Amino acid sequence: MVSLRTGFRHGIHPPEEKALTSHLPIRRMPYPDELVLPLRQHAGKPAKLCVKVGDHVERGDKVGEADGFMSVPIHASAAGTVVDVGWWPHPDGSMAESVRIKVDRFAAQVPRPRLVPHWEGLTTQQVVKAVQEAGVVGLGGAAFPTHVKLAPPKDNPVHTLIINGAECEPYLTSDHRTMVEYPERVHFGIRVMMRAMGVQKCVIGVELNKPDAIEALRRTVPKDLDVTILPLTVKYPQGAEKMLIHAVTGVEVPSGKLPVTVGVVVQNVGSVSAIAEVFETGLPLIERIVTVSGHGLQKPANLIVPVGTKLRDLLAHCDGVTPDAVEVIIGGPMMGQALADLDAPVIKGTTGVVVLEKGETREAAVYPCIHCGRCLDACPVFLNPSLLGDFARKQQYEQMVDQHLADCMLCGSCAYVCPSNIPLSQLFQASKLALRRAKPAVA
Amino acid sequence: MSIERLIVTASPHIRSQDSVPRIMWNVVASLVPVVVAATWFFGVSALLQIATATIAAVLTERATGKGGAIADGSATITGLLLGLTLPAGFPLWMTALGAAFAIVFGKQVWGGLGQNVFNPALVGRAFLQAAFPVAITTWPSPGGGFFTLHGDLFAFPLTHPLPNAVTSATPLGLLKFEGKGTGITSLIIGNTGGSLGETAALVILAGGLYLAWRGYLNWIIPVSIMVTVMALSAIIHFVDAVKPDALFMLFSGGLILGAVYFATDPVTAPITNLGKWVFGIGIGILVVVIRIWGGLPEGVMYAILFMNALTPFINRATQPRVFGTRLVNAA
Repeated sequence: MVSLRTGFRHGIHPPEEKALTSHLPIRRMPYPDELVLPLRQHAGKPAKLCVKVGDHVERGDKVGEADGFMSVPIHASAAGTVVDVGWWPHPDGSMAESVRIKVDRFAAQVPRPRLVPHWEGLTTQQVVKAVQEAGVVGLGGAAFPTHVKLAPPKDNPVHTLIINGAECEPYLTSDHRTMVEYPERVHFGIRVMMRAMGVQKCVIGVELNKPDAIEALRRTVPKDLDVTILPLTVKYPQGAEKMLIHAVTGVEVPSGKLPVTVGVVVQNVGSVSAIAEVFETGLPLIERIVTVSGHGLQKPANLIVPVGTKLRDLLAHCDGVTPDAVEVIIGGPMMGQALADLDAPVIKGTTGVVVLEKGETREAAVYPCIHCGRCLDACPVFLNPSLLGDFARKQQYEQMVDQHLADCMLCGSCAYVCPSNIPLSQLFQASKLALRRAKPAVA
Repeated sequence: MSIERLIVTASPHIRSQDSVPRIMWNVVASLVPVVVAATWFFGVSALLQIATATIAAVLTERATGKGGAIADGSATITGLLLGLTLPAGFPLWMTALGAAFAIVFGKQVWGGLGQNVFNPALVGRAFLQAAFPVAITTWPSPGGGFFTLHGDLFAFPLTHPLPNAVTSATPLGLLKFEGKGTGITSLIIGNTGGSLGETAALVILAGGLYLAWRGYLNWIIPVSIMVTVMALSAIIHFVDAVKPDALFMLFSGGLILGAVYFATDPVTAPITNLGKWVFGIGIGILVVVIRIWGGLPEGVMYAILFMNALTPFINRATQPRVFGTRLVNAA
């Protein structure tokens, strides 16, 4: 068991619901009439606006410049005219400064001369620069700028690159389809990363429920690269960075530290595939693969979606929602964000859109904690969510710090299993926010 | 877009199907065979006894609890369990009083469901034991016709029952006070003297297995209690053969009922898995000590209540080690 499949203690088994889309080939979605490009699509500083209303932009033109090293530019995903710059609903539920572009229906929309240089012959620094200029970020959800991972701090040598193909969130299949349909592209992205970082070893972790992806990746491993495909136990949150690193290396990332302190860098399958794509096509990151799924949706699909496509247009392309649809979620149902405003766009970090029906949501009575201990058995980082929840309700935030609130990654496993339906993740997120406001240094 | 009203909840947006009422009502369902077994042995008296305890508990919950609290099923469990710990001929007015005491002083004064330190049903029974020591140790013999009314069920409130029933001591009482043993077959089948629910060991175990299989009961506590009691009494029996053997200890008195249904009350048991082991082993040791060296023939109730009191300390001492905080972290 140890040799073939690897996992971690605790965790949960929510219904996978991946059969809705796991067999559907990736299709391209037509351009919508209008695109919305928020300048804040990544972790770090938002991009700096560099267009004005009335400007004409070609496909791949910058609408925002990178603002420092911890930032990436934003590019127009279709040719058109800037019609507005202002506040617009953001998929994280807030409002964000966004550029709206009216798509030119008659533009050719074909790639112009390369915007991204050819990869061969570039120095490491030039690769890092090219990846930043192409606006590449982690496509697993957090949207951490990829070029920052390519340039790890000198005092922490990296020995292994880990590629996250776990895709443990229910419903989502975009990484799965990427591995099945574009395994060469995944390996090309890995090659770029390994060369840039000077790493000799790479492990791709894939959950066992995707045998076709494991097979496709194994078949296409380049002869000259040390790339291993590691099948992982099917369990949520197998794709959490710390769980994955533990599965691959057997090492626990120390509490409060980054993965690089144990000599590894983790990158998502979609992200390495995006690196490969920008170097292949010469176009910056202006589209991504999105799983649109859920029992509340008429026609689930895996789609290549232009960044900036409004959810309204995306759902309409999937023949709309069922009469019983009640909740639209950006990302997966475990850690995603529910949205009330369908004018919000798909951004670089949007892994999927899930539409839930009546009866599938958490709308139910909340009971007092009966100390059943299920949350302790679920927590992948061995916290005591019951106790933390108790402190959170009493607003005893300092005690929560002592109970390792900072180690909580808000995976939602505790709230999922809670028979009392206590919104534990929400309480912890609010507590983290309250602590950050009180003391910027903590949490 | 045909969505008229979108809800927005915090993540996670889905949840498992298990809820507090579902768990509680499954526990109630698993107790039905135990009630049937009690009725088989003690006739309609058993039904009257259990029904009185349950109805009194639910009515008290309704009078003192928040609206809708009855639906969570916890008061029903408290009533059923209290009823199962009483002798068949126990006057019903005392039963009702005990059930009301269990709900009010065992649960509500602490702040309601989830807040109490002691198992409510055992609080009720401890109260009855203190208030009516004679009535609660008057054990009718099983048998008689189905419609035989044991003891003095309908004693007028505030009067004491008339000692007119055919009684028999419990196996533990027989052993302690008269030095007589009881056959293991009788113990397992349950046709011995004793409280209603403590005589049918196999039926209780089956209920526990069902709950454990559904994930509604944590197996660590009953297993650790039973193993501890058997191991300790086997050692003691080996040293001094006059003392009861392991199987007798396991199947006599309220041990199995207590281990499966009382000690596993999640509210009053430790929340950590290590703590559950400590809790179960502690109960096992106390049961053996009380039964063999204590003044009482039976000690399950006090053993559980005592360990209930220790639960907050056990929880504090057995917190899990947080991921990434191992002292030596091999690189």
